[in-house]
Amino acid sequence: MAKTGMTKTAGQYFDDLRGTRVWRSIFRSGAGSSTLHRALTIQQNVFLHLFSTKVRTRMLSFSATWYLGTLTLGTFFILVATGIPLMFYYHPSVPQAYADTKDLQFVVSSGLFLRNLHRWSAHAMVFLVFAHMFKVFYRGAYRAPREFNWVIGVILLLITLLLSYTGYLLPWDQLAYWAITVGSNIASAVPIMGNKIRFLLLGGNTVNANALLRFYVLHCMILPLTAMFFIAIHFWRIRKDGGLYSHASEPATLRAKAASGTADPKADAKEAQ
Amino acid sequence: MADKTKSSTPNEVVNRRQFFAKLGLGSLSIAAAGTAAFAYQYLSPNVLFEPSPVVNVGKPDRYPLDSVTLDVTTGIYIIHSQEGYFSLSAVCTHLGCLTAWKPEENRIACPCHGSKFERTGVKTEGPAPKPLPWKFISINEDGDLLVDRSIDIPPLVPKSYVRV
Repeated sequence: MAKTGMTKTAGQYFDDLRGTRVWRSIFRSGAGSSTLHRALTIQQNVFLHLFSTKVRTRMLSFSATWYLGTLTLGTFFILVATGIPLMFYYHPSVPQAYADTKDLQFVVSSGLFLRNLHRWSAHAMVFLVFAHMFKVFYRGAYRAPREFNWVIGVILLLITLLLSYTGYLLPWDQLAYWAITVGSNIASAVPIMGNKIRFLLLGGNTVNANALLRFYVLHCMILPLTAMFFIAIHFWRIRKDGGLYSHASEPATLRAKAASGTADPKADAKEAQ
Repeated sequence: MADKTKSSTPNEVVNRRQFFAKLGLGSLSIAAAGTAAFAYQYLSPNVLFEPSPVVNVGKPDRYPLDSVTLDVTTGIYIIHSQEGYFSLSAVCTHLGCLTAWKPEENRIACPCHGSKFERTGVKTEGPAPKPLPWKFISINEDGDLLVDRSIDIPPLVPKSYVRV
């Protein structure tokens, strides 16, 4: 090493920090970059432990997934991060909702940016959810042992559409009003209890103050929390169902096998299904 | 004890553990049903701040003969025909959009999905499953026409018209 022992590099300072008692009390895996340390870093983190500690390199290639699931999660994070600041200026009441939306567009600093980011991310999320489902479907990644994760995915699709629908009412303009009128009448087509469902959804017989407040609570509290609950299960199931899907007949898989000469027998057994 | 419970008597003996398990599950089920009923009642509003279904649409002479008049705020048509006055709901029976009177076509048309109705409410085109319902119309002591939007009446029968 060219430098003397007197001066430390930034990396060495970081290594020292990782050796301190405070750091070790938070991150138990400790300093070091061995495979074990890296695996422990994932496994002992409350957020990362949902994921596999190891992933096949070929599964991280763009062609394997087009990163559609991750991009969907990205739009969801953007929607949470932009939606919460929007709540500071928006009152879910009939005389104010439309005016507040206008204020966000024309008066509040960066309000236009946040609102448009929220709106475009919402459109992108719906698109990405469908694209993700098509990709999973056409690759056959929904098959055993991943059937249940497909079911979770369908629930997440429904939550996404409901989030989109409830958010649509909140500007309280003509478009929103009639869209919710039409949508709630579709709900009343449910046999026998249809009108009751519509009544509960709107909190009355017409699209009015109660409906606005109910859609606001659904949009900002109930549906996002439900979505997070199912997203956690969805990601955890990827690990439990044997990691990201790869198929024996795919070129990337064949190349990887030819290169290594060995294959994981357990993975082969799954791919044979 | 265990042997006794497995005895072949037709009346099955329930031991203490099974009894309490059943008691616990039973009370949990009752509590769950009660919670569901409570939630349903809580979410159904008892008082609604919605407009009254009865609408005063003014004096009959506001409506010339053979005219179709839409009241946008209340969602009803007042029609003065040869047979008399009657009122139609202007809310499309398909998905609840507000329809409009098109005099050039002599039709009531819905802007959302293209349903069309005659001035008597009879459907002529589009996805609407039912004709526009006739609403109960009457005259009060001041000579004003009143429409009760909550009451449907049979269409095209003599007693459904109001004559002045």
